[in-house]
Amino acid sequence: MATAYTPGLTVSRSVLVRKTRRLPLPGEVLVEAGAKVEPQDVLARAELPGIMRTVRAAELLGQEPHDLPQYLLVKEGDQVEKGDVLCRSTSFFGLFKNECRAPVSGRVEMINPVSGNIGIREAPSPVEVTAYIRGTVTEILPREGAVVETRGALIQGIFGVGGERCGRIRVVAAGPDRDVRPDDIPDNVDGCVVVGGAGASLDAIRLAAERGAVGFVVGGVVDEDLIGYLGHDIGVAITGQEPVPATLILTEGFGSLRMADRTWELFKELEGETASINGATQIRAGVIRPEVIVPRDTAAGDAGTPGRGVLEVGSTIRIIREPNFGMLGEVVELPAQLQTVPSGATVRVLVARLLDGRVVTVPRANVELIEK
Amino acid sequence: MSEPTRILATDCGSTTTKAILIEKRDGEWRLICRGEAPTTVEAPYDDVTVGVTNAVREVEELAGLSLMGENGLLHPAEGPRGVDLYLSTSSAGGGLQMTVAGVVKAMSAESAERAALGAGAIIMDVIAVDDGRRDWQKIERIRSLRPDMVLVSGGTDGGTVSHLVDIAEMLVAADPKPRLGGNMKLPVIYAGNRDARDAVRQLLDGRVDLRITENLRPQLDREDLYPAREAIHELFLQHVMQQAPGYSKLSTWTDAGIMSTPNAVGKMVQTAAEQLGVQVLAVDIGGATTDVFSVFQGIYNRTVSANLGMSYSICNVLAEAGIENIVRWLPFEANRWSIRNRLRNKMIRPTTIPETLEDLMVEQAVAREALRLAFEHHKMLARGLMGVQQTRTVGDMLSQAQTGATLVDMMRCDLIIGSGGVLSHAPRRAEAALMMLDAYQPEGITRLAVDSIFMMPQLGVLSTLQPEAATAVFQRDCLIRLGTVVAPSGTGKPGSQVCTVSFGGRTASVEFGEVRVLPLAEGETVEAEVVPAKGWDAGAGRGKAVRGTLEGGVVGLILDGRGRPMVIPAEPAERAALMRRTRQAFGLPEEV
Repeated sequence: MATAYTPGLTVSRSVLVRKTRRLPLPGEVLVEAGAKVEPQDVLARAELPGIMRTVRAAELLGQEPHDLPQYLLVKEGDQVEKGDVLCRSTSFFGLFKNECRAPVSGRVEMINPVSGNIGIREAPSPVEVTAYIRGTVTEILPREGAVVETRGALIQGIFGVGGERCGRIRVVAAGPDRDVRPDDIPDNVDGCVVVGGAGASLDAIRLAAERGAVGFVVGGVVDEDLIGYLGHDIGVAITGQEPVPATLILTEGFGSLRMADRTWELFKELEGETASINGATQIRAGVIRPEVIVPRDTAAGDAGTPGRGVLEVGSTIRIIREPNFGMLGEVVELPAQLQTVPSGATVRVLVARLLDGRVVTVPRANVELIEK
Repeated sequence: MSEPTRILATDCGSTTTKAILIEKRDGEWRLICRGEAPTTVEAPYDDVTVGVTNAVREVEELAGLSLMGENGLLHPAEGPRGVDLYLSTSSAGGGLQMTVAGVVKAMSAESAERAALGAGAIIMDVIAVDDGRRDWQKIERIRSLRPDMVLVSGGTDGGTVSHLVDIAEMLVAADPKPRLGGNMKLPVIYAGNRDARDAVRQLLDGRVDLRITENLRPQLDREDLYPAREAIHELFLQHVMQQAPGYSKLSTWTDAGIMSTPNAVGKMVQTAAEQLGVQVLAVDIGGATTDVFSVFQGIYNRTVSANLGMSYSICNVLAEAGIENIVRWLPFEANRWSIRNRLRNKMIRPTTIPETLEDLMVEQAVAREALRLAFEHHKMLARGLMGVQQTRTVGDMLSQAQTGATLVDMMRCDLIIGSGGVLSHAPRRAEAALMMLDAYQPEGITRLAVDSIFMMPQLGVLSTLQPEAATAVFQRDCLIRLGTVVAPSGTGKPGSQVCTVSFGGRTASVEFGEVRVLPLAEGETVEAEVVPAKGWDAGAGRGKAVRGTLEGGVVGLILDGRGRPMVIPAEPAERAALMRRTRQAFGLPEEV
């Protein structure tokens, strides 16, 4: 079972990034194919229908629902303002009057003689979709949005919280194995995507956000600090909507985990450039990983899209589970026979030589392939 | 087509794709081998058939056969090439997410919930006219949920119309969009009062994709869930499963429609209950969800606990159970934050497996809580109809439970079957037995079994076309008999006797707080008498002897004297010591 390993995350200096930017409902596309766009440019706009407020008109008038039509002062399609009288009944030769008023402004969408209710649809609210990345519009999706393409660096994280942001990359850690503390956060990180090393304390992340950072990318954080940052626990890894001041992206996982050298080196190279970042994560079918995208006009290096690497002798791997979590190594053997590991499970394994020289046997399910 | 002799079946789970090959040899159907590979719904693959191909390639290697060509499976089987039949189940699309609505929360809304759960859905919310929320709150909720479909029920035939119109109006007001978006209209199934159909149609037709089916609660004391379940299943196949990446391609490979995994397992559980003539509780614990099935008093129930699972949902188990409930099962004193980090890392890298014994113990501790929570959910929903008057005789005035009591009676449960990775692939079968014992706390005399290699889904879909083959493989190769547990209900003082069991010329007793595991080999069956101590109940009442059949298994005969409900010491060292003693009784390693 040569395929029993986790495909590695993409960390590349230069790939073609295509972002499909869709409205949540049909609307109007505002750009044309070929247009050059900036992250904040609006590509498409739609109107989200307002909520319909139901007025229990017959009940309020004290009448039977089927009698409602004779008391109506409005009809379906009418525009009404908050406080307008919708229906009125009189009794005792006009001495007593019952009225029913509109609780909100909107359009009368429904008058139902079965329930005796009147439905008023509130005004729609605008929904916009921006380009998110600097690039070129390559395709128009009629009434839905557009596809934006750019060539540049792409770094995928393993987990994140918070949505789309845009800012300058600012590396603050002294090395990929260093934890970021509040003292490491400079005063002038306003509008920046702060990049740390192995870990970051909650105080450091909060301080960066207070000083205006729009994002924080780091190897890992401890579970307690994530809960502290969010203000609540997370049960399943479906994120992206959290109202956090700075989007947080973890490149390795939970705990203090040395940032992969390749990722670290690329961030150092990208220092000062503008990145589009998104913490949205969905570890389910149709998986979404958090990302850092840096469009580059003159990109060099490993061009191309992420491949489907094959695990073979000589492959570089990273161990993604205890006891050697985070260690990098080279595959030296791929035994065909199942082997029993210390937990007692009998599984497919590989033998790897780690960077520190140790040779270890690891379940194939517990490694990810680092593409060269 | 001539009679098939070689059948391949796959199950595309949320984490792993499993393939089994069965063949008819010398007139008997047998499992030949099994292969597995990670499910490939993630980039860069985005195609479920890649995982299927990888799993089948492993089967090919192990069986020395050539089953696949460039364009899918080779048909029919000829010598060492091809298969006669290929079937598949799938839960890889992320599951069917539904919102259900009814008039009365404890009646029609609950029936709707049962119908949806029975069809394999994950329930996002249950909206009822009397659920205590204001109309606008319900409308906001419906709008924000974006379900795959909505099931509307309520009113007996000839009963209320206005409340159903209220629900329909709420849907109009919310104008909900389906999860998968596009230009698709939200599918809405109406299974309420017949008399309200026209009014509902008038409001909803054209706005949603409306399907009208028979009332699922036509009378107060009668439920008819089948038509609604069928409608849900049909819509699910049409709309939702198609969205799993590569599903359409996979469906061109199979010889019959792809069945959803919980449906397939449920089918197998029902067949087992019928053939063995037992009251059964079964579980399929997966990476994302835990499905519980039961047949008690001839009534089949199934619940899907969304977000209780061992990989994608492991942190939801942590959130729902709490860290203290997880660490109570560990035979060592644990660092809470280290365990929390570990579970988060499993959540984000769901296909990894425990390499160390400590890691394994942590995962199995989480599994006990996932099984327990899903079981609580199941007991709550697998119950009689609420609000139905029962005819009582003088004889059952004292014993009859209130209306709506759960049907799940652990004292009457004959067999517990465990399936799913953490149970089927536990390195030692005794670990599976202990996990089920701790989570379900069976009472009286109960047999335990585990799905040998996690193949009940494949056998479930196979049973629709080849029941004989499915039954044969289920009995011979799938069910691993773990043994029988004798667990009287009650409590006592440490060291006091709980019961004495006499069987096959032997006598054994167990004390309070103690577990004993005695040899009783697989295939061995003995008649036994269980004499509970004063105050303890083994099924016939306190202190009354019970006669029964004890079936052996790979673990043996388990005498569980830990009491029901089981009491776990609060003091950490004492608690860890109890866990070590229990593991020792099962012959499991105690030290990490």
